[in-house]
Amino acid sequence: MKIASSISRRLAQRLGFSILTLMALLTVAPIIAVIAYIVYQGAPAISWGFLTGFPSDGMRAGGILPAIVGTFYLTLGTAIFSVPLGIGAAIYLSEYAADNRWTRLIRLAIINLAGIPSVVYGLFGLGLFVLFLKFGISILAGSLTLSIMTLPVIISTSEEALRAVPQSFRVVSISLGATRWQTIQRIVLPQALSGILTGVILGLERAAGETAPILFTVAAFFLPRLPNSPFDATMALPYHLFVISTQVPGMPIKIQYGTALVLLIFVLSMNLIATYIRSRARARRQW
Amino acid sequence: MKITAKQGSKLNWSEFMITRLIVASGYSAILFVGLIFFFLLREGLPALWQVPLNSLLSSRWYPTEGHFAILPLLEGSIIVTLGAAFIAIPFGLGTAIFIAEVAPRWTREALKPLVEMLAGLPSVVLGFLGMMILAPFFRRFFDLPTGLTAFTGSLLLGGIAIPTIVSIAEDALDAVPRSYREAALAMGATQWQTIWKVTLPAARSGVLTAIMLGIGRTIGETMTVKMVTGNAPVLFKGLSSWFSPVRTMTATIAAEMGEVAKGSVHYEVLFLIGIILFLISMIVNVTASTMVFRQGKRSERILS
Repeated sequence: MKIASSISRRLAQRLGFSILTLMALLTVAPIIAVIAYIVYQGAPAISWGFLTGFPSDGMRAGGILPAIVGTFYLTLGTAIFSVPLGIGAAIYLSEYAADNRWTRLIRLAIINLAGIPSVVYGLFGLGLFVLFLKFGISILAGSLTLSIMTLPVIISTSEEALRAVPQSFRVVSISLGATRWQTIQRIVLPQALSGILTGVILGLERAAGETAPILFTVAAFFLPRLPNSPFDATMALPYHLFVISTQVPGMPIKIQYGTALVLLIFVLSMNLIATYIRSRARARRQW
Repeated sequence: MKITAKQGSKLNWSEFMITRLIVASGYSAILFVGLIFFFLLREGLPALWQVPLNSLLSSRWYPTEGHFAILPLLEGSIIVTLGAAFIAIPFGLGTAIFIAEVAPRWTREALKPLVEMLAGLPSVVLGFLGMMILAPFFRRFFDLPTGLTAFTGSLLLGGIAIPTIVSIAEDALDAVPRSYREAALAMGATQWQTIWKVTLPAARSGVLTAIMLGIGRTIGETMTVKMVTGNAPVLFKGLSSWFSPVRTMTATIAAEMGEVAKGSVHYEVLFLIGIILFLISMIVNVTASTMVFRQGKRSERILS
């Protein structure tokens, strides 16, 4: 009797584990398939002319340079605003903030920011930056909108990295006569740098791939030139992919997949760099 | 090396400034949430005076003729989200349990970056593939007039919710003290029984948080649903609605905001939908975070 129940228990375990393995496999396999398929379909479209040319023939031919440059500018603009602010907020939460009602309110606000739908950020950007502050449909308005959306990612990952630095480092530094800011600047930040960098890149990756927040704040359907000031509108890769896959009839499949592939490379290379920095930092960590 | 009084005061002054800046950036998050809510209200609330309430509560969304019924859009969002939940919850939790409890170390190290990659896939890319591959496939497979349906949207949105669910649920499972598992195993439970009867219940509130935040993401997802759900604002008519086109709140904003005149009633109603989305995400996130908070409190009690 006891043996029988032990066998059935083991059977249940084996069955259960097989189901879990299968589920994990079914979750992960499509990711690999999707990436492989886009590479397979998109690679033939990639050429020097495609990457450095302007769209022609109603975007049915030519290259996607303005979209690539636009996404690059937007990512850069987002970094300029969100990186200092995000790291500052993370330092505040990890090094200065007391555990009181205000700090809890800040945390609640960050959680809220992280959950707000991307299209609502678009509405907000339209209301505040484009119309109220009169930046117009511009890189500036789009970057600011994307910055606020990226902020919670940067804050929470940076805070985690800062908190991982052992308390004894701070105690030693302060006891040697350093001020609090000197301790943060010379001891804590360098130790947390790789973690912060990982968070920053993951946040910017999200900003680079987003479409909804830039719909009403930056994105131009088609522009025959590159933007030359922060107050210009610009094309952007995600929006361009959206346009050529939904609004342009008779679009050659090759260009669609080529654009998807360029966007994917842009975003996933950031992802890989972040993963690499993190794993290298983990291997090197001495505490 | 002695610090002279002058150097010292300069040091203090810059330290003072930097500290102010850091405190200010800490509080900026509150400012931004406030600004977002304020501007949504500023642009969206006037709709309540402009549009009669029974128009907002009727069943037709036809803005060019002045029919602004939000109900079909709300239903569209709910249908697509429910479908996504059916897919994302079992697969997300299954993967999280597999990664945290079952997988050998090397599999875990390989799976986690892959799931993160899914989180990094731009939603417009998922929508694009949905249009190109999934929708034509479902049209033929189910013999439908169009493959752009709520079902296609649910499937893709499930994929968007999965990374959130996996990473938070896995963290929660990881945080269960090792001694819990060891105690269960020592009493003769199999690993499988330990997972079901000890580890999962112990991580319950974290798992619930994972589900809520994952589902919260799907309600707000915009580009994927806009591209694959067919954009037809209709009321729910039984199970068959799953296999016909729908229109969500997010997709409506994305589709129509570009074409409306600023300050028109249509513009205000789109902001009103934005307010609804903001409130939904706020409720979901605040509830989820207080759940984690409570769990923290409980573990502190047990440990002290």
